[in-house]
Amino acid sequence: MAIDPQPEAGLPAGGPVSAFPPAPEGVSAADHGPWYLAYKRFIRNRMAVGFLVLFVLIVLFVLAAPLWADHVAHTGPNQSHTLEKLHVNGEVREVVTPEGRPIGPQWFEAGGKFFLGADSRLGRDEMVRLMYGGRTSLFIGVVSGLITTLVAVILGLLAGYYRGWVDAIIARILDVLWSLPVLLFGIALGVSLAVGGLQLGPIEIEGGSIWIPIFVISVFTVPYVARPIRGEVLALGEKEFVEAAVAQGAGPVRVMFGEILPNLASTIIVFFTLNIANNMLFEAALSFLGAGVQPPNSSWGTMISVGEELLTTEPLLAIIPGVMILLTVLSLNIVGDGLRDALDPRSKVRLEAHAGMVEPEGSSV
Amino acid sequence: MTDENLLEVTDLVKHFPIKQGILIDREVDQVRAVDGISFYVERGSTLGLVGESGSGKSTACRAVMQLTKPTSGSIKFEGREIAGLSRRKMQPLRREMQMIFQDPYASLNPRKRVGQIVADPLKQQGVARGSDLRKRVQELLERVGLSSEHYNRFPHEFSGGQRQRIGIARALALQPKLVIADEPVSALDVSIQAQIINLLDDLQDELGLTYLFVAHDIGVVRHISDRIAVMHNGKIVEEGTADQVCEHPRDDYTKKLLAAVPIPDPRESRARRAA
Repeated sequence: MAIDPQPEAGLPAGGPVSAFPPAPEGVSAADHGPWYLAYKRFIRNRMAVGFLVLFVLIVLFVLAAPLWADHVAHTGPNQSHTLEKLHVNGEVREVVTPEGRPIGPQWFEAGGKFFLGADSRLGRDEMVRLMYGGRTSLFIGVVSGLITTLVAVILGLLAGYYRGWVDAIIARILDVLWSLPVLLFGIALGVSLAVGGLQLGPIEIEGGSIWIPIFVISVFTVPYVARPIRGEVLALGEKEFVEAAVAQGAGPVRVMFGEILPNLASTIIVFFTLNIANNMLFEAALSFLGAGVQPPNSSWGTMISVGEELLTTEPLLAIIPGVMILLTVLSLNIVGDGLRDALDPRSKVRLEAHAGMVEPEGSSV
Repeated sequence: MTDENLLEVTDLVKHFPIKQGILIDREVDQVRAVDGISFYVERGSTLGLVGESGSGKSTACRAVMQLTKPTSGSIKFEGREIAGLSRRKMQPLRREMQMIFQDPYASLNPRKRVGQIVADPLKQQGVARGSDLRKRVQELLERVGLSSEHYNRFPHEFSGGQRQRIGIARALALQPKLVIADEPVSALDVSIQAQIINLLDDLQDELGLTYLFVAHDIGVVRHISDRIAVMHNGKIVEEGTADQVCEHPRDDYTKKLLAAVPIPDPRESRARRAA
C-alpha cells in the first residue's frame, strides 16, 4: 500500500466551478466576445489598418466634393468653360486652346481653379469631376454591394436551410448567371437599358440613371457571394445548436435569422468589403465602354474613357482617375483580407476580382 | 399502455434514402438506421440505450424529439401520439421533453452569450421575460454548477465539461418531464464524465426527471440506468433491468459490449481475458 493512487487528489477542491479559468480582474465579460477578439486581431494588422485609413481618406476626399466645387473651384462637375480665360500671374491662359487642347494642371496658381486642368475640349474642371466622379463610383460600388449582399444572403440562407428543390432551383439560377460571360453580358444589358430604361414590375428606372449600372452589377455579382454563403449555411445547418433551437420549438425564420445568420456575420462583412472593390472595377469597365454611367455625369470609369482621347498629350487625365480606382480597390481588398484574418482565422474564403471564386471548404457539400 | 410509462415507442422505423441521379434524384437504396424498435420509459426512471456507433441510437433520439420525421411507428408521450405531429402542434410538447446533445462544442451557438443560450427556450415558449428571465437563467446556471456571473460570457470561454453543463441548463430551463441525453458524456474526459453523470443523477432526484440516456459505454449506462436496452444495427437486441442485462446478458452482442468495459484492476482484467 505504499503507492496508493488517489486520482481525486490532483483535482482542485470544491468541484468543477473552481476549475474555471480565472477571469482577469476589472475586465468586463463583454470584452471577451468574438467581436472584441476580432477587433484586437485586426488592430494588430498594421497593413490593413493603414489601408483602412487610406480608404477613409478617399471617402472624405469624395465627400468634400461640394465644398471644393463651391469654395475653391467655383464651378460644377458638368459645367463647361470652353471659351473662358484664366488670369494667372498676370498672363492670360485659355481653358481650351483653339486647337482643342485643354489646359493642364494649374495647382493653386489660379486660386484652385482647374487644379488638375480641364478634362477635354468641353473645358470642365478635372478636379471637381474627379471628386464627383468618385462619389458616383463609390456610391455604385457600395449600393450594388449592399444589394448583392442582401440578395445573396437571403438566397444562400434559403438554399442552404431548406435544401431539396428550393436549393436546386436557386443553385441552377446562380449557375446560369455564373456561366454567362459577365462583362460581355453586362455591356449588352447596360447599353440596352441605358437607352431604353428598365421597367420590371414595381421597379422603374429611366435610361441614363446611375441605377442602371447598379442593377446590372448587382445581378451579376450575386452568385459570387451567394454560393459560398449557401455552403456555409449547409455546414451550419448540421450543427447541434440548430437542432437545439428546433427542439425548443423554433421555426425556420428564427433558426435562419436567429441562429445561423449571426454565424455568417464575419463572412458577410468580408464579402461585402471585397464585393465593393469588385463592383467598382466592374463599374469602371462598364463606364469606360460606355455601358455604365452616362454622360454628362462623371465616374472614374467615364473619366478614363474621356481622358483616353488625349492620352498622348495629357496623359494625366486618364492616369489620375485610374490611380484613384487602383488605390480604392487596393485598400478595400487589403482591408477585406485583414477583416477575414481577424474575423475567422481558419477561413479560406477568397474573392478574386472577376477571376472567379475559390470556394471555401465545405461549400461543395 | 399503463400510466406509469412517460414514453412509449412502438415499432419505430427510420430509413434514410440513398439518392442518385444527375437532374432528378432517384432512390436507389436505404440506410436502415432504426429498423423497428420498441421500448418504454417509466416515469421518474432512466432507460439506458447502448450500442456501438452507427447502431441508430442518435437517430432514435432525434425521432423521439421530432427532429427527424420517422418513417413509420408510434411514439407516445404521456399516452399521446406525437409521431408526425406538425410543428405547431408539437410546440406545447417541447416544454415537456428536452434534449442534451452529444458535442458540447457544436451544440452551443458560438455567437451567443451563455445567458442568451439558456434563456432562448424560455423566450421561445414565452415562459418568462425581463428581469424574471434573467433571474431564472442565473438560478439555472448555479443549479448546474456554474456561476451566475457566467451569464455574459461566450461559449468559447468554457471547457468541454462546463459547456455540457450549459447544455444541461438549457435543457432544464423549461422544466421538462423527459430529458433525452444523447451521449452527453462521450466527448468528455473520464474525470469530467463522472461529474456530469453525478450532476444528472442529482438533478433527477431533485426534479423527478425521466431520462432516456444514450451512450456507447455500457459501464457508464449501468451506473445511471434503471433499465437498459441494447441496440445493434437499428434493432434492440436485448432489454431488461440494468442488473439483469449486465450480470446475465443473453445476447452475444451485449456480452461483447460488457467485455469492452475496462476493468481498473489489471489482475482482474487478465483473469477475464483468460476466461
